[in-house]
Formats: sequence, structure tokens, C-alpha cells
Amino acid sequence: MSGSSIFVFIFAMWILIIIGGGITVLILAPITISGYGEFDLIFSSVIKAVISIGLVVTWIFILSRVKNWIFRSQLKI
Amino acid sequence: MELEIIAAIISSAIAFFTVFALTPFLIKALEKRNSTVKDYHRKGGAMVARPGGPSLIAGILISGTVLYAFFPMTEIIAILITTALAFLVGLVDDKKVMGGWFKPLALAATAIPILLLGVYDTDLSFPLFGEVRIPLLYIGIIVIMIPITGNTINSIDVLNGVASGFMVIAGSAITISLIILQNYEIAILSLLLVFVSLAFYKYHKYPSKIFPGDSGALTLGAMYGAIAIVGQVEVIAAIALGPAIFNSFLFLSSMKRIVEHREIKEKPVELTEDFMLKATSNKKASVTLVRLILAGGRPLSEKEIGFVIFKLTIFSGILAIITAFMMGVSL
Repeated sequence: MSGSSIFVFIFAMWILIIIGGGITVLILAPITISGYGEFDLIFSSVIKAVISIGLVVTWIFILSRVKNWIFRSQLKI
Repeated sequence: MELEIIAAIISSAIAFFTVFALTPFLIKALEKRNSTVKDYHRKGGAMVARPGGPSLIAGILISGTVLYAFFPMTEIIAILITTALAFLVGLVDDKKVMGGWFKPLALAATAIPILLLGVYDTDLSFPLFGEVRIPLLYIGIIVIMIPITGNTINSIDVLNGVASGFMVIAGSAITISLIILQNYEIAILSLLLVFVSLAFYKYHKYPSKIFPGDSGALTLGAMYGAIAIVGQVEVIAAIALGPAIFNSFLFLSSMKRIVEHREIKEKPVELTEDFMLKATSNKKASVTLVRLILAGGRPLSEKEIGFVIFKLTIFSGILAIITAFMMGVSL
């Protein structure tokens, strides 16, 4: 039974969430755009949104790799 | 604090006993109307009443109204309306089979009361690193949160007692987390979710007398998501849902599209002659949490698999509570 491997995977998910939170707060949040007047807030929000989506995609990609690495022996995936 | 304790005891008792008392009547009424489905995993293929959503929503709305009498907060109203709307979405899906996209879109619309009543904070809190203010992005998070939690609970509702038992554990984890973060009123509302699920588990556990159906699973999932948003414990709530999120992740990454479970032809698990479950060797079948639990091991009974899922949920719940403590620590 691969129950123990699933515990490892959930722990990995937790670590990735904490790291993702750190990247969001320390790198993403301070990004500000200036020089476009009233559009500054919109531009910076759009850039943050695009980077956030990129981070989510990267997070899913890493998780997918971890999944394959942990469960390859149990499941032919 | 005394008022909070009294409110918690009274509303939790009402939540528990409403569902506990109503569900047997609902089972009889559903059986009388022939509203039953076959339990394929059980010897003889017993017919089981469905859906159990009506007794769950009755318990939530009655106890939630009592809680509102103690604490007249807009936050409580917003969570109750969102939950009631999700119940209606589920009921439509129970009565009429809808497409794969129906539930995510309709559930996104159930978040409208939270937006209109403005019961959210645009600061997203992370453990160790603090908060990030995301005024526009947060609206998107609110809209996708309810479909994610609703469908996640719905997708784990594949074995007797799992959805309700899972919600007892995950709900307890966010209740404790909300207490740690001193958000007591929302913690009591979260406690109602725990007691409603616990009372329903009595009838849902193996061998099930009733299935929650979409109306039941979406009610539980949507209330959980609404509590996460209004209680500002989005990240903690996601962590507590670990095994269910993992299940959805496995399913989507193997199917590569949003699809209803009932549309899938190749089943991820097979039934042995002695009614045990084993992982399929069919490579086209979707990968799910249950398939992964069974992979590479001996066939297990439905009850045994349920307990493995509960152990995983307890582990996720502990991580969620640790995360709540980490919210108060700044690097």
C-alpha cells in the first residue's frame, strides 16, 4: 500500500505552499509600476496577475514531477 | 468569551440534532419516492437513498440562524446565503444530469453574496512571511474558491462515509485554526459545519443508509470555502483539504480536462469477487487517490480505504493547525 508515499506527497505540497507564499510576499507584492498616471495600479495589478498565474503553473508542474517521482514504482504513470 | 461559549454549545447542539433527527425521515421519504441509487461496492448491490443535501442544509440554516441571533453579523448571513445557493446548484445536478462545466460556473455565481455584502479582506495571509494586499486579484480568488472547495469535496465523495467524515476532520482543523487566530464568531460557524457533518456521518458511514449527493457534497464544500474567505484562512483551509485537493489534482492531471465522474468509462478501481477494491491495471483509467492507496498493495475493503483517507486528512489537518500557529510568526 502506498499510503506512506501519499503522506510524503502531502508534506511536499505543504512545503511548496509555504515557499510560494514567501515568493508572493517578498518578491511579487513589492512590484510597483510608475509613470503611467492613473493606470499605474492597473498595470501593476496586471503584471502581478500574470506572474501569479505563472507561479501557479510552475507549482503544478513541480507537483506533477514530484508525483511522478514518488508514485512511478506503484503506478505506471 | 462566556457568550461565545454559550452560543457555540447551543448552536452546535441544534446543528447536530437537527441533522440527526431529520435524516431518518429524509431516508424514508426518498425510499418511498424511489429516489435511490445502487451501491455497486456492496454485496448484493443495495439501493441507497439519495440525496442527503436537504437535511444538511436544514441543519446549517437553522443552527446558523440561532448563531445570528447571538451575533448579528453580516458575515454569518453571507456564508449562509452562499451555502444555500450551492445547495440549490447541487439539487439541480441531483435532479438533472448537467454538463461538466455547469457546476464550476454555477458555484462561482454563489460567491456573489460575499462580494455584494463586502465581507472579505483583500489581504491574503501567508505563514512566516506576512500579508499581501491584492485588491483586484482577491476578487478572482473569491470567485474560484467556492467552485474549488465544492467540487473538491464532491470528487472525494466516492466511498461510504468519506465526504462527511472528511469534512468533520477538515472542518475541525479550520475551527481550531480560527480559534488560534482569535476569529471566534466564524470559528463557531465552522463548528456548526463539523457537527452537521458528524450527525450526517452516522447515516453515511459504511454501510451507508444515505448518500449526500451533489446537493450534500456541494453544501459542505461551499460552506467550507465561504468560511475560508470570510474567516481569512484561505491558505490554512487549502492545506486542511490536502487529500481532496491531491485527489482532484491526480484526476485532472490524468484526464487533462474537466469531466464529470459519471462520464468516465474506464474506472480507476475494480471490484474483486469478495467485494474488495483493487487498483485497475487499465492505463486509460483516471488516477485517483483511492487508486493510489490501492496501487501495489492487497485489495482493501471500502471501510479500510475510508480509514486511510481519514488518516491522511488528520495529517493535513495537523499541518493546517501548525500553519495557523506560523501565521503569528514573522521571519
